[in-house]
Amino acid sequence: MQEIIRQLDEKRAAARSGGGQHRIDRQHLRGKLTARERIELFLDANTFEEWDMFVEHRCTEFGMDQQKIPGDGVVTGYGTVCGRLVFVYSQDFTVFGGSLSAAHAEKICKIVDQAIKAGAPVVGLNDSGGARIQEGVEALAGYAEVFQRNVLASGVIPQISMIMGPCAGGAVYSPAITDFIFMVENTSYMFVTGPDVVKTVTHEEVTAEQLGGARTHTNRSGVADLAFDNDVEALLMTRRFLNFLPPSNREKAPFWPTSDPADRKEYSLDTLVPHDPNKSYDMKELILKVVDEHDFFELQPDYAANVIIGFGRIQGSTVGIVANQPMVQAGALDIASSRKAARFVRFCDAFNIPILTLVDVPGFLPGTAQEYGAIIKHGAKLIYAYAEATVPKVTVITRKAYGGAYDVMSSKHLRGDVNFAWPTAEIAVMGPKGAVEIIFRQDMNDPEKIKNRTEEYCTKFANPFAVGSRGFIDDVIMPHNTRTRICRSLAMLREKKLENPWRKHGNIPL
Amino acid sequence: MTNNTMFSKILIANRGEIACRIIKTAKAMSICTVAVYSDADRGALHVQMADEAVHIGPSPAFESYLVMEKIIAACKQTGAQAVHPGYGFLSENSTFCQMLADEGIVFIGPPAPAITAMGDKITSKKIALKAGVNTIPGHTEEVPNAEEAVHIAAQIGYPVMIKATAGGGGKGMRVAHNEAQCLEGFERASSEALSSFGDGRIFIEKFIENPRHIEIQILADSHGGSVYLGERECSIQRRHQKVIEEAPSPFLDDATRKAMGEQAVALGKAVDYSSAGTVEFVVDKNRNFYFLEMNTRLQVEHPVTELTTGLDLVEEMIKIAAGNPLSITQEDIKINGCSMECRVYAEDPFSGFLPSTGRLTRYCLPSEENEKVRVDTGVFEGGEISIYYDPMIAKLVTYGEDREEATSLMREALDEYVIRGVKHNIGFLGALMNHPKFISGDFTTNFIAQEYGEDFNAEDVIQQDPALPIVVAAIIHRLYMDRAAHLSGQLQGYERRVQDNWVVISGGEHYEVLVTPFQPDGGYRVIYQGKSYSVLTDWSFCQPLFRGNINGRQICFQVERYGITYRLLRMGGRTDAKVMTPLAADLHRLMPLREENSNSQFLQAPMPGLLIKLSVVEGQSIRAGDELAIIEAMKMENILRAPHDGMIKKISTQVGDSLNVDQVILEFS
Repeated sequence: MQEIIRQLDEKRAAARSGGGQHRIDRQHLRGKLTARERIELFLDANTFEEWDMFVEHRCTEFGMDQQKIPGDGVVTGYGTVCGRLVFVYSQDFTVFGGSLSAAHAEKICKIVDQAIKAGAPVVGLNDSGGARIQEGVEALAGYAEVFQRNVLASGVIPQISMIMGPCAGGAVYSPAITDFIFMVENTSYMFVTGPDVVKTVTHEEVTAEQLGGARTHTNRSGVADLAFDNDVEALLMTRRFLNFLPPSNREKAPFWPTSDPADRKEYSLDTLVPHDPNKSYDMKELILKVVDEHDFFELQPDYAANVIIGFGRIQGSTVGIVANQPMVQAGALDIASSRKAARFVRFCDAFNIPILTLVDVPGFLPGTAQEYGAIIKHGAKLIYAYAEATVPKVTVITRKAYGGAYDVMSSKHLRGDVNFAWPTAEIAVMGPKGAVEIIFRQDMNDPEKIKNRTEEYCTKFANPFAVGSRGFIDDVIMPHNTRTRICRSLAMLREKKLENPWRKHGNIPL
Repeated sequence: MTNNTMFSKILIANRGEIACRIIKTAKAMSICTVAVYSDADRGALHVQMADEAVHIGPSPAFESYLVMEKIIAACKQTGAQAVHPGYGFLSENSTFCQMLADEGIVFIGPPAPAITAMGDKITSKKIALKAGVNTIPGHTEEVPNAEEAVHIAAQIGYPVMIKATAGGGGKGMRVAHNEAQCLEGFERASSEALSSFGDGRIFIEKFIENPRHIEIQILADSHGGSVYLGERECSIQRRHQKVIEEAPSPFLDDATRKAMGEQAVALGKAVDYSSAGTVEFVVDKNRNFYFLEMNTRLQVEHPVTELTTGLDLVEEMIKIAAGNPLSITQEDIKINGCSMECRVYAEDPFSGFLPSTGRLTRYCLPSEENEKVRVDTGVFEGGEISIYYDPMIAKLVTYGEDREEATSLMREALDEYVIRGVKHNIGFLGALMNHPKFISGDFTTNFIAQEYGEDFNAEDVIQQDPALPIVVAAIIHRLYMDRAAHLSGQLQGYERRVQDNWVVISGGEHYEVLVTPFQPDGGYRVIYQGKSYSVLTDWSFCQPLFRGNINGRQICFQVERYGITYRLLRMGGRTDAKVMTPLAADLHRLMPLREENSNSQFLQAPMPGLLIKLSVVEGQSIRAGDELAIIEAMKMENILRAPHDGMIKKISTQVGDSLNVDQVILEFS
């Protein structure tokens, strides 16, 4: 017994020191924290329950049997964030470069399996050189096992991937399947093939940072949802982010006590939409003035900024917000923004989070780039996502809702529960000028006639009444009452029940 | 009032705060008001406040507010019997006065000849001399050429001021300390005046070094009655633009005050003045005062006189214009207490005080309790600061028993003044209010230039008590943490308990604090650097103002939250602080300090579209947020702004170009 306890202590000590002080120092010099430091910072103090500290790899090739470190490069377990259960794994770059062995993968799988059963989120802290090459196909199998778990967990529990170091090759696909990817600037990168291979194959010269750094993935590719300055900020902000999410698809999002009144009036919103229909305005102002305490957690702010997505709360309960942004590309939907919004809508629907949609959309972006890039299929994703969503859906049209984009943006026809319009709303097949040019083509040479026709068209459609008369919107609301009306609508919808017909799964146009 | 004639309806030929301020008094006098507005002012505050409003044309003032025919047509259309011109625009335009008179409409202001006489610097100086008013030693005739200028300067004695007759706002003015400067100054002032005012006439006078700018308010009726209402100290100026005014001046003694007042009244009489007017003086360090000019209108800074005399100057102006004699005599006028005014500008003190425009997303005024704080504002939350007009958006005025009280109320009011959406000078004003030299009352018109130069930097402001922002950041964080501890769905036995020990990280320094809640009053005690702070606050999470009682003292901070950083603003100072557990703070030390070198080198088109405007030229230096170009796409204008400070190295496109996505528009260096 005494001997066992002594060995236990030794093993624990060995596991805790990871790859040794030298490697820990090097990790710090890179501006990165160690796997255990990250967990300690991320979870509530003293709540971490570690599993599988004694797991070691089984590889005997290339002298690997001489090198064994308990834990095998990943720290796994569970603990709490703000008192709420969360499962976590944290790859240890100081142990074999955080590389993934079969044993390493098994540890991750065990955590994900348990998280599904317990109904709690999984947060993966990725910092790994890739597959443990010495193990060959066993490591690859390990990746696949993890992918399988990620897929089974998808839509059941929230999965968040933090990229806090290298994440390359097969390793990228686990984060890719999870719900959210957060990166750390300058110390993390993600790519399928690294700069060396890229150079050999395509002769492109590119740095790791350019190819897959945080900036690349938050601006250009849209792979990552957010980037943070450093490890500390990333982990503290992820704690805050988790407070928005329900633990699983079996429960609602947590309630967050607030003293922000539901009947808060924001008179400045009455002047948000400019007099000039061609001037833009910042939709974020509306979001900030509608949600509780002006607290909006935006995702992908620098990617496809023509649509805004993120979480806020209404009377203490989480809502997912999807809003067109007139400041960028006039708010027109395109491939990137359709995909961005669609995936977010599906996350909200999977996790019982009501969706608030704020609409000012002049249509889909025209052009060869869009058509050749399959805007048809990508735009359809957003329709699909909204149409299949059964969570409460509240929509406010602030200005333009033109053409197919009107249908897409959580319209009544896609089972929007409550659809409001501001007095400035214009709901039509297209803008007045274009419409008149088509309907009254024969009058094109007569400016006087065209002017009259345009006015006629505007009287008919450049107001909320045409759709109001058909019941496509439920009410015209004053902008300053927007928060109140949304609060009431969501309160009314709290126990909403709606089910789609049984099927194995739908076939979203991927 | 001995005479009861009064207007039933007046038109206010102005906009912004002064139009609103005049409407207030007219309403109190039961006079109906008519506002006029340009395109840009559709829905402006003065339009909302007036009983009627008349649209007078496009946004630029020369197409609307300055078009006399349109103002007169608006009067006729609405039946307004009189026009109050406010300040600026048509307020000192004798042609306008005459046109109104021809139409039988009363001008609420002085008679046209008085405006003409005082509008010319040489004429006014001659009249002043004749009326026994002290004038600056100098030459009152037009100086024909540079050689003559040198000759005259030698007679007066250097330094001299070379001034355009039609000058104003610092234009057409040059100081010369010697012959060479005099030669050059003459040419420059003359050509500047010619291009700015269409009048190149120049005169020369003695340059008063380190002067103060002090002015006397007078009131005169059309029956020969006139009084002076004491002085206003207006020495705190930036580039000849007044920033802070106060009454009375901390510098004048009673004898000087009386002498200045009497001379001001004498000058008014000399031109048969009626209405409110202001005689401006420069005062040297020995309290010698010299006539500068007379402003024949209501001044921006008139509220400080109102608060110290208890008179409503607009009311007096209206009564006088209606033909009533003054109801007060010089003996009735008492100067009580001290009043101070800060001009709130939409401008960016951090980048050369450039005007800022845009939408006011947040605009919360300080509370006007006890009638000791007054805000004359012309804008409202959700309103727009347009590019067309003066960037002054409001005046913040305080009143106290003495200068100390007025100043301290001003500091509090500034701290409570929340403006978001446009850049503003609130922080700069707060810094001025805390400057020891300002507090001492020992300053001249050179004060701002000497103490701040061209740019203002909030980090340089010395915090009066550097512990306060640390304590407040700790409290705010603790409030957030305590609330988060009430989140639903917590595991039994794992309920979040918030610890008491925290570390505030600010300016690279780590400060350990202990924050404990104390019962039963719901306050917190903060121990910081061995000192205890008891904090009571009813702050709730959405409020931009943190008000609290710290050790019995009321304090107020403006709070913003960016990620894990709290930004605290108070009295011109700015503190960015992160609050975390000691463990997190220790780990934070390991985080590399980031240099901001990742700035993009190019401005690229974010969308396909038409380039309709380039707002910069090659070689121009820019600040983050500056407008660089406008792209029209989907028939919408999209403004592209500078992502960071820098300089324009190269412009690769031209207006009218059709741009592809990611096409380089210009290069930064």
